Amino acid sequence: MIGSLYLPGRSPLHRLPAGLKAAALPVFGTVLFLVERIVPLAAALALVIALHALARVPPRLVLRQLRPAAGILLVLFLSQLWLADLSEATVLVLRFVVLILAAALVTLTTRSADLVAALERALRPLGMLGADPRKFGLAIALTLRFIPVLAVVAEEVREAQRARGRDRSILALAVPLIVRTLKLADEVAEAIDARGG
Amino acid sequence: METVALERGGRPVLARLDLCLTERRIGVIGANGSGKSSFARLLNGLLAPTGGRVTVDGLDTVKDAKAVRRRVGFVFQNPDSQIVYPTVGEDLAFGLKPLKLEKAEEARRIRLILERYGLAGAEDRLVHELSGGERQLVALAGVLIMRPSILVLDEPTTLLDLRNTRRLMAAIDALSERVVMVTHDLDLLAGFDRVLLFDEGRLVADGAPATVIERYRALLA
Ligand SMILES: Nc1ncnc2c1ncn2[C@@H]1O[C@H](COP(=O)(O)OP(=O)(O)O)[C@@H](O)[C@H]1O
Ligand SMILES: [Mg+2]
Repeated sequence: MIGSLYLPGRSPLHRLPAGLKAAALPVFGTVLFLVERIVPLAAALALVIALHALARVPPRLVLRQLRPAAGILLVLFLSQLWLADLSEATVLVLRFVVLILAAALVTLTTRSADLVAALERALRPLGMLGADPRKFGLAIALTLRFIPVLAVVAEEVREAQRARGRDRSILALAVPLIVRTLKLADEVAEAIDARGG
Repeated sequence: METVALERGGRPVLARLDLCLTERRIGVIGANGSGKSSFARLLNGLLAPTGGRVTVDGLDTVKDAKAVRRRVGFVFQNPDSQIVYPTVGEDLAFGLKPLKLEKAEEARRIRLILERYGLAGAEDRLVHELSGGERQLVALAGVLIMRPSILVLDEPTTLLDLRNTRRLMAAIDALSERVVMVTHDLDLLAGFDRVLLFDEGRLVADGAPATVIERYRALLA
């Protein structure tokens, strides 16, 4: 999950410039989608796992990166199996697994502030068009920060509605969640103002 | 503050206030909706008065908004809406950005302030994995690292248990900065120099803690 974002460490991967890692990811992803055969993809998987080991990511954490996507991957696998064949289904799922792990590796070894700073630099040319790259950076940081907060809020709302026997109603869950999210957004905007952001 | 009035959404929220706040520790109390938060937000220009003017050390909160914000730190009730970066160190760095410090100096200031609040070495910890008390301390540190001369706090202990309330209050007590604190926890005001009591947007009592708190109790009875 995005909650277990950054894993402090001093490995060579941690020390690579954030911009380089962020740029390497889409390149790597493109290459993955050009590869159609199982063997090179399996090699890519081995490479990504080796890099996780180099960054001293505990194996438990590697598996945890995949868990949220497991359901979708299974559906993909089965549908490809049905539409095409076993080897195509394997290629497709392998590709996604490698890509997810590679993305996880970047976020695990890069402080979000560094990613944000790299992004701000990359977006600097947009400044000439009147956009403010710092705002993009802040938006990304806020997203990373508030996903776990909203998960907690959603759980609180669900519990409160369950206590009232209403946890099967989408409306009873969605309305308070949206109200609280809007209120939180209001407060956050105010706090950023107060802190001179 | 000079004859300040405030309306929000077309309704009057605060009525004619003429105040000069110079004491080191000022408390603000009153029932829900009495205007305490609105009052606190006037002090750093988060809200602009609809009548009169508010000045802080001679600076107008509307005209010199930027300078006032730098001088007046604001701590909110919910640290979750105040901490904007995923890790502790990044969030503290956010407050320092306008100062454009060297990386090493930035890291040094962050390390010092974390040590001061019993959070030494927490730079890389994820904010959402901290306890509520630790989070409120990080929020406080994020404001203090900007070295404001006045600190305004809006019910900073409401979400904290007794132990964390004590921790936060000890941190606040140790500050040399001037403090204005809105609170429902009347016990916290014992050592304060002055307490303001609001009722339905009016300042109804202003003086030593014991007298004003007694007045508040009478008002509720
Ligand atoms: N954003 C807003 N827009 C309009 N009215 C508001 C807003 N926030 C608060 N109020 C009103 O202002 C009054 C004072 O609120 P507030 O200052 O939050 O009081 P307190 O902090 O003492 O509970 C209340 O009547 C409230 O309904
Ligand atoms: Mg309030």
